[in-house]
Amino acid sequence: MSEPTAVSTGSGVAPMGTPLRWWRRLILRNEAVRGYTLLSPTLFLMTLALGAPVFFLFLVSFFTQDLLEISTDFSLENYMSFLGKENYQKLLWRSLKVSGFVTVLSVVLAYPMAYFIAFRVRKNKFAWLILITVPFWTSYLLRVFAWKIVLGHNGVINSGLTELGFIEEPLTFLLYNPFAVVLTLAHAWAAFAIMPIYVSLEKIDRSLLEAARDLGDGPAMRFWRVTLPLSMAGVVAASLLVFIPTVGDFVTPTMVGGPKGTLIGNLIQIQFGKANNWPLGAALSVISLIAITAVVCAFLWFTKRVRTQEL
Amino acid sequence: MNANAFIAIDDVSKDFGTVRAVDRVAFGIARGEFFSLLGPSGCGKTTLLRMLAGFEFPTEGEIYIDGQAMASEPPENRPVNMVFQSYAIFPHLTVRKNIGYSLRRDRLSRVEFDRKVGRMLELIKLPGYEERKSHELSGGERQRVALARALIRRPKVLLLDEPLGALDKQLREQMQLELRDLQREVGITFVFVTHDQEEALTMSDRIAVMSKGRYLQIDTPTQLYEAPRSREVAAFIGSMNFFDARVEEVADGHARVAAGPLGHLRAATRAKRFSVGETVLAAVRPEKITISSRPPAPSDASGGTNFVKGVLDATAYLGDRSHHYIRLPGVDKPVAVSAQNLNPAEFDVESRKRDVWLNWSSEAVVLLRAT
Ligand SMILES: Nc1ncnc2c1ncn2[C@@H]1O[C@H](COP(=O)(O)OP(=O)(O)OP(=O)(O)O)[C@@H](O)[C@H]1O
Ligand SMILES: [Mg+2]
Repeated sequence: MSEPTAVSTGSGVAPMGTPLRWWRRLILRNEAVRGYTLLSPTLFLMTLALGAPVFFLFLVSFFTQDLLEISTDFSLENYMSFLGKENYQKLLWRSLKVSGFVTVLSVVLAYPMAYFIAFRVRKNKFAWLILITVPFWTSYLLRVFAWKIVLGHNGVINSGLTELGFIEEPLTFLLYNPFAVVLTLAHAWAAFAIMPIYVSLEKIDRSLLEAARDLGDGPAMRFWRVTLPLSMAGVVAASLLVFIPTVGDFVTPTMVGGPKGTLIGNLIQIQFGKANNWPLGAALSVISLIAITAVVCAFLWFTKRVRTQEL
Repeated sequence: MNANAFIAIDDVSKDFGTVRAVDRVAFGIARGEFFSLLGPSGCGKTTLLRMLAGFEFPTEGEIYIDGQAMASEPPENRPVNMVFQSYAIFPHLTVRKNIGYSLRRDRLSRVEFDRKVGRMLELIKLPGYEERKSHELSGGERQRVALARALIRRPKVLLLDEPLGALDKQLREQMQLELRDLQREVGITFVFVTHDQEEALTMSDRIAVMSKGRYLQIDTPTQLYEAPRSREVAAFIGSMNFFDARVEEVADGHARVAAGPLGHLRAATRAKRFSVGETVLAAVRPEKITISSRPPAPSDASGGTNFVKGVLDATAYLGDRSHHYIRLPGVDKPVAVSAQNLNPAEFDVESRKRDVWLNWSSEAVVLLRAT
């Protein structure tokens, strides 16, 4: 890596040997080489820090745990046990559903804010964006705790409603269920959804909206036929940004989920921790990976149709 | 004025804060007319057009289209469509869906939709382009798609804001003719904004020359060019030589004026009334002046022709014609003369400082009231 940068930025003053000349010519003529050179630091890190562990995970998922030892014989036992245990499948399905709700909620919350900043705010847009992220400067854990306090048995909502005389007994459906998990996660991730949506809205040429209006569309139709399709790239980015990490989250479900709010992340964590069954944990991770990929592909297919208005 | 015109603009003004972009404009546009708004940058052309489209509302005054007041009609309900300066082709849609964009409310069957779009594609000479996206089109093709999209529901009026500005010269000239033919074919009223006077002259039935939010003159291209009514219009459309003068004698459609150091000039008065002693401007177009290296024969120096002697100051060779600049004694600005190079150029760079004789007919002179 050091050699190409030295050459591509180096001045013509340095004496050039034939290999350097050859490299320089290659880099000037061939766009692909230029691209890969630019990518190489990232590519290097990705292979080392992401590709290798995933490969290792994949490998381990075909091993089995015999009490204390790990047997390295190839086996599909872990996958069979996932297929055999309805509970595991239920947990994965619940995780996907919870993340799906979190994603929809985050995007639905983020979109109007991004829209407001992009189309209505004229001065200091940047300050607005920063301001929106201010609550997220505190730690993630702290925010989860905050929700616990808000939703808890003696929490803000319950004591408030009791004081006002609306309820006699504290509401128990607020905490320790999937609803609490969705709410907490959506609040935590909505700010991340704003940025990509804002950027894609900001880029929309305003004359396109005037053209749509000129061609007879009212506000709702303009949004559906122009604004939404043209900001779809941002919506997709925001959705992936929220969906992918939340499927595997285990902190929030541990703290506010209760037994009914446990997710696949908790199960995997247990395999690598208390249960000490790494191969099963690896297999569950691989299965989550495949499930996420499948959902994302379906989602991309759907959003492409919105974008090109082929519904 | 003109309350029964197809489009009536009735004392319309538009303020942006303290800026008055359009200032008490009142005129009418006839049905089926190709009407141009021409003027320098910032004179309010776009603002006026956007008020016709409904994107801006007049601060004062009212606009009527086909007898209907537009004050409470938003753009989506007006019987007009617009071709935007940047074309505003929807980048996420194919050409087919762009052109058919406004057909949604007609709830057509797919067959009917495709038939209508296909007819428009034929009209703009782009058949087979249905599935292309905007980034797969050249500038000229985009312009045509924008045109087709605006015309497909046959609006009563088509508004065009400098639609040819982004094209290169050759394509622009081709599109000018095509646009003109298209307008005749569909018979829709076109209101066309441009700051290119040649373009306006080529295409329009009538032109409104605008300046600082007002219009100076509305006329046919020929009238604007041959009989401008003010110095501003004369100077804005083409180029013009001006001489200060005073009327000495008026008789049977002609006037004799004293033009200071140039002596006496004869000019046609074109049904305008001038009184003896009035100060006027005598205006002559460069191409209406003939330049010669020889003094006129005595027999020529009679009748309706004006002669003056000067010194050639500079010459610019433009291929088909040359521009000469001639200093006349006692006149500040050199006189511009445009001569067709019928024969190999008679005057070249070497001819500087030579004595030359200019002549032009009395019909070539436009007399303007000095204000
Ligand atoms: N939205 C606006 N806010 C404030 N001033 C405006 C606005 N739109 C136009 N103006 C002002 O109104 C005047 C007329 O503008 P307009 O766009 O109509 O000019 P134009 O004749 O179309 O010029 P050009 O040939 O450069 O497009 C200009 O002085 C402009 O600065
Ligand atoms: Mg303009």
